[in-house]
Amino acid sequence: MADIVLDKVSKKFPDGTIAASDVDLEVGDGEFVILVGPSGCGKSTTLNMIAGLEDISSGDLYIGGERMNDKAPKDRDIAMVFQSYALYPNMTVRENMSFPLRLAKLDKATVAQKVDEAARVLELEQLLDRKPANLSGGQRQRVAMGRAIVRSPKAYLMDEPLSNLDAKLRVQMRTQVSRLQKQLGTTTVYVTHDQTEAMTLGDRVVVMRQGRVQQVGPPQELYDSPANLFVAGFIGSPAMNFVHARLTDGQLSSVLGDVSLSGSLRRALAASDAPADLILGIRPEHFEDAGLVDEAHLGTGARFEGQADVVESMGSDKYVYLPLAAERASTAELDELAADAGATDLPASGAQLVTRLSAESPATEGAQVRVWFNPEKIHLFDPETGRNLTLAR
Amino acid sequence: MTVLQEGRRQLSEGKRAERRLGWLLCAPAAVVMVAVTGWPIIYSVWLSLQRYDLRFPAEREFIGLSNYAAVLSNGFWWNAFGVTMLITVVSVAVEFVLGFALALVMHRTLVGRGLVRTSALIPYGIVTVVAAFSWRYAWTPGTGYLANLVTPDGAPLTERASALGIIIVAEIWKTTPFMALLLMAGLALVPEDLLKAAAVDGAGAWQRFRSVMLPVMKPAILVALLFRTLDAFRIFDNIFVLTAGANETSSVSMLTYNNLIKGLNLGIGSTLSVLIFIAVAIIAFIFVRLFGTAAPGSAEEGRR
Ligand SMILES: Nc1ncnc2c1ncn2[C@@H]1O[C@H](COP(=O)(O)OP(=O)(O)OP(=O)(O)O)[C@@H](O)[C@H]1O
Ligand SMILES: [Mg+2]
Repeated sequence: MADIVLDKVSKKFPDGTIAASDVDLEVGDGEFVILVGPSGCGKSTTLNMIAGLEDISSGDLYIGGERMNDKAPKDRDIAMVFQSYALYPNMTVRENMSFPLRLAKLDKATVAQKVDEAARVLELEQLLDRKPANLSGGQRQRVAMGRAIVRSPKAYLMDEPLSNLDAKLRVQMRTQVSRLQKQLGTTTVYVTHDQTEAMTLGDRVVVMRQGRVQQVGPPQELYDSPANLFVAGFIGSPAMNFVHARLTDGQLSSVLGDVSLSGSLRRALAASDAPADLILGIRPEHFEDAGLVDEAHLGTGARFEGQADVVESMGSDKYVYLPLAAERASTAELDELAADAGATDLPASGAQLVTRLSAESPATEGAQVRVWFNPEKIHLFDPETGRNLTLAR
Repeated sequence: MTVLQEGRRQLSEGKRAERRLGWLLCAPAAVVMVAVTGWPIIYSVWLSLQRYDLRFPAEREFIGLSNYAAVLSNGFWWNAFGVTMLITVVSVAVEFVLGFALALVMHRTLVGRGLVRTSALIPYGIVTVVAAFSWRYAWTPGTGYLANLVTPDGAPLTERASALGIIIVAEIWKTTPFMALLLMAGLALVPEDLLKAAAVDGAGAWQRFRSVMLPVMKPAILVALLFRTLDAFRIFDNIFVLTAGANETSSVSMLTYNNLIKGLNLGIGSTLSVLIFIAVAIIAFIFVRLFGTAAPGSAEEGRR
């Protein structure tokens, strides 16, 4: 067990691609840290540099206080789990799991004991003599985990280990991974694409974009106070709504109507000397059907009315999609997020407001719906830099 | 119960009809193939059972296995067989090692990949006879640059050991690129993640090669070795040009050529061809056995 420290670590590939630039990260001993970001943002590259599978172009890497830049992967004492599982096809499950132990030249009895122990934890006892080709996806995944845990390494590195599983199995394995990590208390860096994994698994989440770390923090902190437009749009599902807004004398006007800002928001904006043109962000769950909000609150909030495009009833709550009389807000960050979500492939249909209302809301498709939101919950971003201007509130 | 059996019978009935249709559909192709490949084999077996020398056509008669007895009890055959085996084993072994190294280089190079691959393949692109002549001139005493350089006062192509060495070198030079090409196709089959996993699991370069790369590449290696062994066993053109079989450097193919075409002895010549055919079949059988389930088309392969 050990901590992992990345100090201004960068990676430049021979073809000039910069996959990671000045990545600063401290993973504490026993901590579970999640790396998220859109495809191609350098998550795998960062993980590979920690593992020693890619050379570090500049910066320093320490594992357990020891500088590791020039150490071969086998001398770093870390275990890795791959999205493809990377099981050795010619070896049985037992041989796969014992491979690292045999390479470490442990005696036969110890190897057998450790493999049996890991197989018991992962419920693989019945499968020990099978070849990987004859296992299901979930079983292969467990073998891959088994191969990692038999060694009791200093740290686990996992690169989208659950991405190839079907949705149900993924949920099961997610809880298993979480339990296992708590049980073993081993430092873990985990790469994922999956919102839920990012929010539920880790102690802290690292959001990356184009090789740069955007924000590091506990999941709730990233959700509540995203440092910039990119983090705000990336964390949360469905994603935060973004519209262009204009600030005049403490009044914020946008397609959602005019809102007068509270004192704390005004002060925060003044402190960060905000421009007049802003991007307003508000999460779907901060809307409510105006009919369900009691009189006392109704007055304090803002209201917006529209004809419901689509209503998705989830049982516990309702997603209501309202058309907006404006273009989709567009900045470099938002365009990248839209591309990652595949939204650019959709026929351009102008902007849409996604709201999550209580199940009791009477909203139906095609009907007029009045929604209410609390202006205290909004985020305001600088369209140029993407910086969140309301953090200091 | 009866309904169930009824159903099963109907199913197998349908299956059988389907199978019959399958056979019918492949029949024309199978017949043509048998006619083209099978007939010459059968005809040469038939010839090998006769005394049939074109110089004495009147003496043609059926003599059973006497030709085989004559050949197998003759020193020429066993000498040629020994020479062929020596050339096969040594050249294939060296080609495998060199070819693997070349394949790794070609697989790993990032810059000038196309150039590296093209230049590595040049020897394979040259017609064997042309290449063999250039080797012969290179080793000709007095005028050849290699002869002058290595053996200024000898004639290497006229001594058995050195002549065989030169034949083997010519063979290796010529076909290593082919070996490398086949092995490179195998290398592409090894997933990058597998090697990465082995690296973090604590395997050094050699262990990764031995425990991960080789097993995964087994089918490709089998194909490469089988192709090259069978090819090498039938070596003809290099020997024909370099020594013409002088000084006991004949291969079995060379011996067959001398008897069949030069000697006009159809009986003995055919016997030799049939023996080569049998030897080749045995080699193929041993290979498939040796590599077990990794052989292409074996049960495990088929299931994937
Ligand atoms: N060997 C390489 N040579 C050149 N560029 C590379 C190489 N490997 C990766 N890249 C580039 O580096 C960037 C980061 O790649 P990386 O694999 O780390 O992304 P990722 O965040 O893991 O993406 P994904 O979520 O799709 O797995 C990408 O732009 C990629 O094209
Ligand atoms: Mg990746």
